[in-house]
Amino acid sequence: MKDAVGYWQANLKLVVACLIVWFVVSFGFGILLVHPLNNIQIAGYKLGFWFAQQGSMYIFVALIFIYANKMNKIDRQFDVDEKEGA
Amino acid sequence: MGLKAWTFLVVGLTFAIYIVIAIRARASSTSDFYVAGKGVPPVLNGMATAADWMSAASFISMAGLIAFQGYDASAYLMGWTGGYVLLAMMLAPYLRKYGKFTVPEFIGDRFYSQQARIVAVLCLITCSVTYVIGQMKGIGVAFSRFLEVPFALGLVIGMAIVFVYAVLGGMKGITYTQIAQYCVLIFAYTVPAIFIAVTLTGIPIPQLGLGGSMADGSGMFLLDKLDKICVDLGFAAYTAQKGSTMNIFLLTMSLMIGTAGLPHVIIRFFTVPRVKDARFSAGWALVFIAILYTTAPAVGAMARLNLMETIQTGAVGAPDGNLSYEDRPTWFKNWEKTGLLVFEDKNGDGKIQYYGNSGDMAAKAESYGWKGNEMVKVDRDIMVLANPEIAGLPNWVIALVAAGGIAAALSTAAGLLLAIASAISHDLLKGIFMKHIDEKQELLASRIAMAFAICVAGYLGLNPPGFAAEVVALAFGLAASSIFPALMLGIFDKRCNNIGAICGMLTGLGSTLVYIFVYKGWFFFKATAMLPDNPANWMLGISPGSFGAIGALLNFVVAIIVSRNTAEVPEDVQKLVEEIRIPEGSGTAVTH
Repeated sequence: MKDAVGYWQANLKLVVACLIVWFVVSFGFGILLVHPLNNIQIAGYKLGFWFAQQGSMYIFVALIFIYANKMNKIDRQFDVDEKEGA
Repeated sequence: MGLKAWTFLVVGLTFAIYIVIAIRARASSTSDFYVAGKGVPPVLNGMATAADWMSAASFISMAGLIAFQGYDASAYLMGWTGGYVLLAMMLAPYLRKYGKFTVPEFIGDRFYSQQARIVAVLCLITCSVTYVIGQMKGIGVAFSRFLEVPFALGLVIGMAIVFVYAVLGGMKGITYTQIAQYCVLIFAYTVPAIFIAVTLTGIPIPQLGLGGSMADGSGMFLLDKLDKICVDLGFAAYTAQKGSTMNIFLLTMSLMIGTAGLPHVIIRFFTVPRVKDARFSAGWALVFIAILYTTAPAVGAMARLNLMETIQTGAVGAPDGNLSYEDRPTWFKNWEKTGLLVFEDKNGDGKIQYYGNSGDMAAKAESYGWKGNEMVKVDRDIMVLANPEIAGLPNWVIALVAAGGIAAALSTAAGLLLAIASAISHDLLKGIFMKHIDEKQELLASRIAMAFAICVAGYLGLNPPGFAAEVVALAFGLAASSIFPALMLGIFDKRCNNIGAICGMLTGLGSTLVYIFVYKGWFFFKATAMLPDNPANWMLGISPGSFGAIGALLNFVVAIIVSRNTAEVPEDVQKLVEEIRIPEGSGTAVTH
């Protein structure tokens, strides 16, 4: 019997961690905290504005790849991955 | 070679490529028609998803909205990309594991109910048709400009082309054509952006140019200069927030959830070979999307700067500070023909005054002898197409943008029409009402459904309830409030039952639809709107486009409460959910 419960728990933990980052960079830095962050300027970008129109998107891309890689590891660890040729 | 000749050449050439690919890969069976034989590798699938996803709203409309709304339009940028994070982590791998053709099919099985399936079809059709209306507006703008005809005629020509195009191939044709379309549209979007970034800032990467300083010797940062020009002319500062924080928050949330709930995007993840490919596929799709989406803020800001500087040639209020109407550039004249750009010489001085009314601008304007803003109509949806002309780029670049815009609109319209067609022919007819029709009849039914959807969307597109991106935002609100919660609960909440899901979907869709119709008119007929569509009349300041997030919340709450108070989920369905959660044992890619 495979540890389906353990696998699901590990999956949820990873998803929640990723979603926290997802929320903080977009809704946090890009919207709720945009005014204080706009006081910091990097080259021509105000930081809050940068997160809203550039930064959050780069982080989203990174997040999905990090998730996909970690998830593949978890799949193998719990031996529920798709075997080659399946 | 003139602009018109270039446009015909480039648009014609790209079309020829799509058609050749579509014919060579023509759908041979129903399975091919819907999901391309489930054998497309993740990078290519990501690219096709990106083309499918980036529509007239992204290509033609979004940068225009950014140009005029500045920071506030960030909701579109974050919303339409952040949704992929949700999609990759919460839906795509599980739906691929489940491995059927359509979204209603999953909902019907998971909630062991034909009624649930019918409700899902209803949700799907509502949001897809709304989405196509937005595309039609974009298609109309593109065709009217490049054929130099009025908007309505451009729209009708566009409808005809979309019809021929979508009916010709199914998904299989579409997958490979969409890869070609992605290449065309991303090239068309980034080339002018690079040209303009170099001209304005000397930096060839638009994403960096936007944060760079002006190359005009002033040494000012581009964004600072844009803020200053805007404020000097009585507009709000570009990087400042204009709308309420809550509304921007809700709109972003609504677009994100909607992205993850859109049937024509989800259907893409049925086409990858394995579950782990579904996860990477979403990542690759976002990479290809982000290339355009991170360029868009630069396009928007630079277009706005160029537009303002074209009209306001000198100091504000100086006698020769404004462009005279006689000297207006060719692009100005061409867009006037479409009726999407309108000038009215209110003070009769033969010069163009373009200004806002914030701060003390009204008083100042009066002292200059200005009698109101004379650019009475600047349709936001023309900005991307007009941008290379305003910047004085070569004709072939302008033609390329036309081809890109048309590619974007066509690819998405085709994907959506396919989702509508499959919902009607596969889910409603084959699945429920006419179980014994054969494949041929099913294909015929789906083509009739497509034709019907095009006509409805085209008709409503003549009088769209907003700019293309705004209409599309409404579609996302509808998807967010109806489909996403049902899918997510189906996977993550084993206790969610049939009645809960149906009540949830109906509550979400119903509340969002009513809220939109109250402000936008019943069934989008403007005359039937019950309240004026402006912040003063919105309930708690929530715009119709942002309401999807609230609708989704209602959906979740209702579904969970009802589920907990009605019969438990049957044993075999609970097993099905457990099965979906683990990748092992996913069907091979071509079993259907």
